[in-house]
Amino acid sequence: MIRVTRKVEFSAAHYYHNSKFSAEENQRIFGKCSNPHGHGHNYVLEVTVAGEPDPRTGMVLDLKELKDILQREVMDRMDHRHLNHEVPELAGKIPTCENIAAVIWDLLEPRIKKGKLDRVRLYESPDLFADCTAERNGDRVAADAGRGTRA
Amino acid sequence: MNSGVKVSLTRRYRFSASHRLHSTDFSEAENQRLYGKCSNPHGHGHNYVVEATFTGPVDAETGMIANLGELDPFVQLEVIEAFDYKYLNEEVAAFRESVPTTENVVREIYRRLEKFPGARLERVRVEETSKNSFEISREFPANRSAA
Repeated sequence: MIRVTRKVEFSAAHYYHNSKFSAEENQRIFGKCSNPHGHGHNYVLEVTVAGEPDPRTGMVLDLKELKDILQREVMDRMDHRHLNHEVPELAGKIPTCENIAAVIWDLLEPRIKKGKLDRVRLYESPDLFADCTAERNGDRVAADAGRGTRA
Repeated sequence: MNSGVKVSLTRRYRFSASHRLHSTDFSEAENQRLYGKCSNPHGHGHNYVVEATFTGPVDAETGMIANLGELDPFVQLEVIEAFDYKYLNEEVAAFRESVPTTENVVREIYRRLEKFPGARLERVRVEETSKNSFEISREFPANRSAA
């Protein structure tokens, strides 16, 4: 099996706020990330697809196709947007690195027709990233990032 | 989110420290042969990078696996303050009994970070230089026996 990875970068604004929490709780739990006017990051997204190369083309999938999928599903939705207000898939969720990566996984997974989506890695900064991976046998932690809350 | 998908969070930290690879179990000649320049008597140092990975569940109310507001001070206290600008052989108790190779450093850091109450530690990777890195995962618990 071969893993193929494509990287894209997008810039977006967000802030963390849960309306179930009081102002003090939001401040205590989310700190400066809850500043109401938001702040932004240059996100770096690495998408890995795993599969066997097609014997005729030598490719797991056509990277041009993957690039188009990333443009449509991620860049057009998220680049230069405010993630709290402009991305419906994140509505009701705190736009943390974990939740954004999970949303991107859900957007991409059905679009990958050749090979299988293997990993979505989203860097919020060079020192912080979230990974979504297909669970392998023996993994004991069920991901439940989908249990979004009304933020 | 589909079941069958696992989410993890990775954070990178840095510290600078000196060390010397030398064991009293070996003769001077053996130390020299085994560790080479890493055994020079006055020690030397590195800019270490620590990469710590934690796994879910993602808290529904905060959207987080680990709150960096809790994780960063924990790592700062347990690892950075203990290791940064220190001579590992003398100033970190674990390395009075074991050689501070980065294999042993990553194991000691794993042992410390495993106690983080806010999320499950999955993996620790330490870069000794940009060319050498050492990694320990939950999958191989046998590797985590006491240093």
